Amino acid sequence: MTTSLDMATADATVPAVAMSGITKRFPGVIANHDVDFEVAVGEVHALLGENGAGKSTLSNVLTGLYHPDGGEIRLAGEVVRIGSPREALARGIGMVHQHFRLVPTFTVAENVMLGHTGRFNRRAAEDRVAEIGEEHGLPVDPSAKIWQLSVGQQQRVEILKALERDARVLILDEPTAVLTPQEAEALFVTLRRMAAGGRSVIFISHKLDEVMAVSDRVTVLRDGTDVGVVEVATTSARDLARLMVGRDVVFNADDGQERASVDADRIVLRVRDLCAADNRGRPALNGVDLDLAAGEIVAVVGVSGNGQRELAEAICGTRRRTGGTVEVDGQPTSGRDPREMIAKGVSHVPEDRLHTGLSPSASIEENLVLKSYRRPPISAGPFVRRRAVRRNAETLIERFGVKTTGPTVSTRLLSGGNVQKVLLAREFSAAPKVLVAASPTRGLDVGAIETVRGLLLDASRSGTAVLLITEELDEALALADRVAVIYEGRIVGVVDRASADLTEIGLLMGGGRPPAEEL
Amino acid sequence: MLRLERRVDVPRWWTWAVPVASVLAAMVLGAVLIVSSGNDPLDVYRRIFESAVLGSGSLSGTVVAATPLLFTGLAAAAAFRMGVFNIGGEGQFIIGAIAGAGVALRFGESMGAGVIPLMIVAAAVAGALWAAIAGALRAWFKTNEIITSLMLNYIALNIGDYLIFNSESSWRLLEGSGRMFPQGKPIDTSAEWPFSHVGPVDFPFGFWLGVIIAIVVWVLYRRTRFGFEVKVIADSPSAATYAGMRARRTIVSVMALSGALAGIGGASDIGDTRHVFDPKGLRQSGYGYTGIVVAALARLNPVAVVPVALLMGGLNNAGRALQGRDFPAGLVGTLQGLILFCALGGEILARYRVRRVAKAVLAS
Repeated sequence: MTTSLDMATADATVPAVAMSGITKRFPGVIANHDVDFEVAVGEVHALLGENGAGKSTLSNVLTGLYHPDGGEIRLAGEVVRIGSPREALARGIGMVHQHFRLVPTFTVAENVMLGHTGRFNRRAAEDRVAEIGEEHGLPVDPSAKIWQLSVGQQQRVEILKALERDARVLILDEPTAVLTPQEAEALFVTLRRMAAGGRSVIFISHKLDEVMAVSDRVTVLRDGTDVGVVEVATTSARDLARLMVGRDVVFNADDGQERASVDADRIVLRVRDLCAADNRGRPALNGVDLDLAAGEIVAVVGVSGNGQRELAEAICGTRRRTGGTVEVDGQPTSGRDPREMIAKGVSHVPEDRLHTGLSPSASIEENLVLKSYRRPPISAGPFVRRRAVRRNAETLIERFGVKTTGPTVSTRLLSGGNVQKVLLAREFSAAPKVLVAASPTRGLDVGAIETVRGLLLDASRSGTAVLLITEELDEALALADRVAVIYEGRIVGVVDRASADLTEIGLLMGGGRPPAEEL
Repeated sequence: MLRLERRVDVPRWWTWAVPVASVLAAMVLGAVLIVSSGNDPLDVYRRIFESAVLGSGSLSGTVVAATPLLFTGLAAAAAFRMGVFNIGGEGQFIIGAIAGAGVALRFGESMGAGVIPLMIVAAAVAGALWAAIAGALRAWFKTNEIITSLMLNYIALNIGDYLIFNSESSWRLLEGSGRMFPQGKPIDTSAEWPFSHVGPVDFPFGFWLGVIIAIVVWVLYRRTRFGFEVKVIADSPSAATYAGMRARRTIVSVMALSGALAGIGGASDIGDTRHVFDPKGLRQSGYGYTGIVVAALARLNPVAVVPVALLMGGLNNAGRALQGRDFPAGLVGTLQGLILFCALGGEILARYRVRRVAKAVLAS
């Protein structure tokens, strides 16, 4: 198979990919404006930027999903027009999407060979997949079904798919979002190894430490334009952050942020032996015990799908409890009705912000009274007082810095960060005793993450006990007083932030035995 | 490939311009049909207009024809606003008529005009209970309310037939001509609903009642806690549950409200016009189904239901008056269908723009 990239392996000074002056407009927005982007042969090149900075657009242009309105693409020096993802693959550009494109009931080998024509020879296919895996340090069982594999293994299959087509340029879109720290480490080793073998890796991320850890060079995008190309060796995470957001960023709670004083005697949330089932009726929580004191932030970390979602919902009354008790400020709760928990002072920032936490078509002002519309001053008798709704919205929009053209704007039209601000504004304005926040910063850009984390700290300072459910260890360590690790519906370890050890937490998250026997 | 893209901002004046344009478009399409059937469209439209608006007594006929559609239109709008598709307006209308007629026959003579509010209440309660069957099934067993409410229509129709044709019920006229031809017993004249006269036009009491109810429903949906809950449940049931709203209870309430509105329409049919329970006539009229068209054209706005009911009522009225050899049979029904078709199309064009896109983009 001859690809236009074969020449590149011969001449390492010609960039594998050179995009220049790329412009892509969508109705009302310019997603990419005159972007230059070059990837050398044999390098891991990170594409860094906040959400909406134009990373995905640029990679979609490169894989032929979008056609640029301006600019040109050269592969190994040759000007090309890439009409479709299929053409991109034929030219040696492979893409590993954030959401995998695998057939769960097919085997690894079948998935890798999907798209080839001709007769399928199981034995040959499995041998070939095993061979490629061996060669690149990506061990997976070729005869295993996809659904049997962990998320990290599934990602390997995606990479194998690209390698099997002999992709010389591999694009990975937020590849670590779904991985445990150990799996991410392993992925980085693989990526370095592929680069050393003469391939080019484009690593799309908004996580600074990962970019620092794995890449040679970084192209930073901001507001659709490239604001700089830097060598990782000569930069720091802080400099990158500044480039990315255009200002200084507070990294963790210690940077000038005063912490709340924990009132350890006043346990406001006491969870005992809590059990609940997942949406398919299988047990997802198998006896969770947790205590939260007033003003305390406890982070629950774990690989997604280990009962985090069920824990938040069972506490907040939106999921039926099958066993155990939840006490709020010393009072028992039945948990049969979310309204009861709201009345007891439990606020909830759900994982699915736009469709569960908010009514997407409703206006901002309506969403801001989604829980308080039942009581005065928002309502009077059976009537909702429109003026009170408007006043409430104006106050909260101002206080929480929601960027909008007005309180009557439909909530679905807001950006991710502003959606979360509306939700948090409403939940905080209820002055909760307990705040359960499920992945409150997921999918947000650095600026918004900073705001949300600041708000969580504010809440704890005003005496709220915050239960922070997150997959980001950094976030847990930056904010929490204690970190609890959840694995298969149980809390398998609780560590103080002062004595927290990343390796130990990572092991617990992966179901490894705790080093200490003091559970 | 064509793809629909949501318009971000829709100009306010489109809310009335789009329906008007839809009606005009339907008339143009209708004209094509009329020409192809060998008639002169301008002449046909002129005659429709004459017999719906201009002729002597035609406005009164239009108002009378609009009254039942006003109630069934409100019933459909009330339910559809929450995404509860109550197709059972027909059945609830009949149950309401049975209840209204029953009360009027039982108490009409003794109570006189005092029976009128009783008729309204009885019909509302009966319609509400009838609709609540489908509502409860939907709320607790996730049964599709479109199917259950539709099936309940047939049950209601058959109950009506049974009362008049297959039993010696107290709704049936058992002496005089009633012995020869099965028919309903007329209610006492004192239980008949009054007409009021504004200029040359006669307005039935039920019409004014419907207008008042339209405003009440509008206030209910736009200004109250209940209306707020309905809006949130319609948009995102999970958000409603999350916020502590009782979604199931609200579904049953909305269904009952919808049924009550249709039921009052049934009482108006007895009190205002027929003065007798007439299942055959009701079956032919199909008020419940036309009500769905009315609600759709009114974009589910209860107040807009009033003018739309008048438009549809006017067409019905004209159709009745013009039936004959030189008037294409079924033309009025065809026009109503075209209006609905154009209105739904116009709705989509108002909310989305159509774009041609390359195939590759669709893969994303």
